[in-house]
Amino acid sequence: MNGENKHLTHDNPFLPEPARIVRTYYLTEDVKFFQVRIVDMEKAHSFNYRPGQFAMISVVGAGEAPFSISSTPSRPGLLEFCIRKAGAVTNALFRMKENDLIGFRGPYGNGVPVEKMKDKDIIIVVGGLGAAPLRSVLLYSLDNRDQFRRISLLHGAKKPAEMIFREEFFALKQREDLECHLVVDEDDTGTWTENIGVVTTLFSLLKEIDPVNTYALVCGPPIMYKFVIKELVKLNIPKDQILMTLERRMKCGVGKCGHCAIDYIYTCLDGPVFTYWDVIHMRELI
Amino acid sequence: MRIIKLKKDNLSPFLEIISVEADLWAPVQKGDKHVFKVVDDFSKVELNTTRTILPPRKIFLPPTFSMFNISEKGYKEDLSHIKKRILFGIHPCDIHGLLILDNLFKQAYLDPYYLEARKNTLILGLSCWPDEYCFAKSTNTHIIEEGFDLFFTDLKDFFLVWIGSSQGDDLIRLKPELFDENLTDKDIQTYINWHTERDKAYKWSINFTVLPDLIELKYMDPLWEKLGNSCLACGSCTNVCPTCNCYNIMDKQFLGGKDGKMIRHWDACTLEEYSEVAGGENFRKKRSDRLKLWYTHKLQAYISKYGKPSCVGCGRCIATCPVDINVRTVGKALLGEEEDAFWVRLNMEVTK
Ligand SMILES: Cc1cc2nc3c(=O)[nH]c(=O)nc-3n(C[C@H](O)[C@H](O)[C@H](O)COP(=O)(O)OP(=O)(O)OC[C@H]3O[C@@H](n4cnc5c(N)ncnc54)[C@H](O)[C@@H]3O)c2cc1C
Ligand code: SF4
Ligand code: SF4
Ligand code: FES
Repeated sequence: MNGENKHLTHDNPFLPEPARIVRTYYLTEDVKFFQVRIVDMEKAHSFNYRPGQFAMISVVGAGEAPFSISSTPSRPGLLEFCIRKAGAVTNALFRMKENDLIGFRGPYGNGVPVEKMKDKDIIIVVGGLGAAPLRSVLLYSLDNRDQFRRISLLHGAKKPAEMIFREEFFALKQREDLECHLVVDEDDTGTWTENIGVVTTLFSLLKEIDPVNTYALVCGPPIMYKFVIKELVKLNIPKDQILMTLERRMKCGVGKCGHCAIDYIYTCLDGPVFTYWDVIHMRELI
Repeated sequence: MRIIKLKKDNLSPFLEIISVEADLWAPVQKGDKHVFKVVDDFSKVELNTTRTILPPRKIFLPPTFSMFNISEKGYKEDLSHIKKRILFGIHPCDIHGLLILDNLFKQAYLDPYYLEARKNTLILGLSCWPDEYCFAKSTNTHIIEEGFDLFFTDLKDFFLVWIGSSQGDDLIRLKPELFDENLTDKDIQTYINWHTERDKAYKWSINFTVLPDLIELKYMDPLWEKLGNSCLACGSCTNVCPTCNCYNIMDKQFLGGKDGKMIRHWDACTLEEYSEVAGGENFRKKRSDRLKLWYTHKLQAYISKYGKPSCVGCGRCIATCPVDINVRTVGKALLGEEEDAFWVRLNMEVTK
C-alpha cells in the first residue's frame, strides 16, 4: 500500500484544485494535448510528482476522470496531459479553450520507481495512447541523462497520423544518446520513412542488451502486453524489472470507491505501475 | 472496562435524556422487518431484532449525498448531511462492520465524509440473539471489545452496560441515578448463563480459515459459472452488506444555472458497468467474474491485508439474495458441502 502520496494541502482529498488550461491542441484526430497550470502559484511550483503517476481531472457538470501526467517533474510549473475523446468528461474537456478552468487533484498512484532504474538500461515500449504515461519517464530520463545508461524507445501506432507526439519523437531520433525506433501497422500516406509492422518487430532492431541491468516499461492497449512481454522475457529481462502501467476504471483515485480493486490491491494506490512478477500473481491484472 | 447495571424500565428515560442534543437512531419495525431510523417515540425502539434491512453504513454514508456544492467560484465542501447522532441498538457484528469500513476509509487517504460522520456519532451497542441466518460466531464477530461508547447486554430484567469511552461515560453522567454501580453475584451468574446459552444458539457455522485457500484452489472451478448463470446482477447483496464500501460519483447541475453538486452514491461490483473502461473494454463482463470479485474480496483479499475476513456474519446476504447466492451457499459450495438440491434449485427458479 502506498501511503506516502499526500494530496495537495487540503484536508479533503476529493477537493479539486482549480487549474487553468494554458495550451491545448490536437495530437491526432481524437487525442488532444493539454498544458495546465495550477492557479495557486505556490502550489503550482511546489507540486511534485513521479513519472507514471496520474491525476483526477474534472469539468464542472461533466464529472471527473483519471489521466496520466505526461510531463516530467524535471520541468516544474506546468502539467501536461494527452487525452482521448471517450465520453462525458473527455468530450467536455475537448470543448474547453485556452484560459478555461478545470479541476485537478493528485498526484496519485505509485508511479515508476526511477531510483531503482539508476545506472541501468531502459527500454520503453509504447503502443498508441500508452505514450501518455511513458513520455513522462522518457523525458525524465533524458533530463537526467547521466543517471541512466542506454535508453531505447520502441513506439508503435496504427497509422502515421495516429502516432502521438510524432514530431517530438522524430526530433528525438536525432539524439545520439537515445535509440529511437518508430513503427506503424500500415502506412496510408506513402510517405512514412520508418518501420512498418507491429511494435514487437522492433525488438530485432535493438542492439545487444544486458538483461540483468535492464528495466523495460510497457504501456499500450490491452492486447499489446501479451506479445511485448513474451519478447521481453525471451530477452531474459528479469520479471520484476518489466514494468507496465495498467488501466482500470477509477472513480476516486484514493482507495475508497473500490472500482479499481483487483484481489487485495487497489490499482489507484498500489498501481497503476506493476511488474510482470506482480501480474503473474494477480489473476485479473491483464 | 467499567461495567454497570441499568434496570429495563430505565432505558426509555435514558434514551430520552441523551437524545436532547443529537438525533437518536435506533431499530424500529418496518413491515415484518426492522430498519434504523431516527426515533422520538422511545417506546417504538425494538430491543429484540436481528439484522436491519440495510446496515448501519447508511447512517454514515447515505445511499446518495452531496460531496461538494459547485458554483462559478468552484467546489465547496458539503458536509451538511452530517449531524450529531447517537446510534442505539447496533449489534456486535455491525460494529465490527464499521471497524472494517474504518480500515478502508483510512487507508492511505482519509475520507472526510465517512470519518466526520463517524466522529459525530456515538455508538451504543446492544447484544443480540442469533436466528437461523446469523453466523457471527464463525467470524468471531459475535462479541465486541472495542468500537463502542456504551454497550448494553440485555439480560431480560436489566442490562449490563459496558462503558467504552469517555463520551459514553458523559452520557451516563447526564443521569447517573438511573444506573447501579453495584453488581451482585447473581447478576454476574446471570451474565455467564446468558453467554453460554447464546454461544449455543448459533444454528450453523462455517470454517473460514480454509476459505482463502479454497478461493485460490477453486478459482477456475465450474461452480462460479453455475452461480453466475443464476445471479440477477441486482446488486442487493452489496446494498445490504455492512462491509461493502463501493461508490460512484456524478455531477448534478441545477436546471438553468451553472451551479450544481457533486453527488456520491452507492455502487455495486456485481453490476455490469462497474469495471468497464473507455473503449468499452470490460474486465469483468461475466457475472461469474463479478461474483468472484465479491467473494474474493470478502473471503480472501481482505484477510491477506488485515488478517480477518471482511464478512461479519450478519446473514443479510442470506436473507436478501433472491436466488440464494450468499456467503453460506458459496462458502459451502467451495467446501464441496452444498447439496445437489441447491444446484438444481439455483439454476431453475427464484427462491424468494
Ligand atoms: C490510471 C489511468 C490513467 C489514464 N490515463 C489516460 C490518459 O493519459 N489519456 C486518456 O485519454 N485516458 C486515460 N485514461 C482513461 C480515461 O480515464 C478514460 O478515458 C476516461 O475516464 C473516460 O471518461 P469520460 O467521462 O470521457 O467517459 P465516460 O462517459 O465516463 O465513459 C466513456 C467510456 O469510458 C469508460 N470510463 C468511465 N470512467 C472511467 C475511468 N475512470 N477509467 C477508465 N475508463 C472509464 C466508460 O466505461 C466508457 O466505456 C486513464 C485511465 C486510468 C485509470
Ligand atoms: S448474488 Fe444475489 S443479491 Fe447479489 S447481485 Fe446476484 S442475484 Fe443480486
Ligand atoms: S457477506 Fe453477507 S453475512 Fe457477511 S457481512 Fe456481508 S451481508 Fe453479512
Ligand atoms: S479508484 Fe477508487 S478505489 Fe481506486
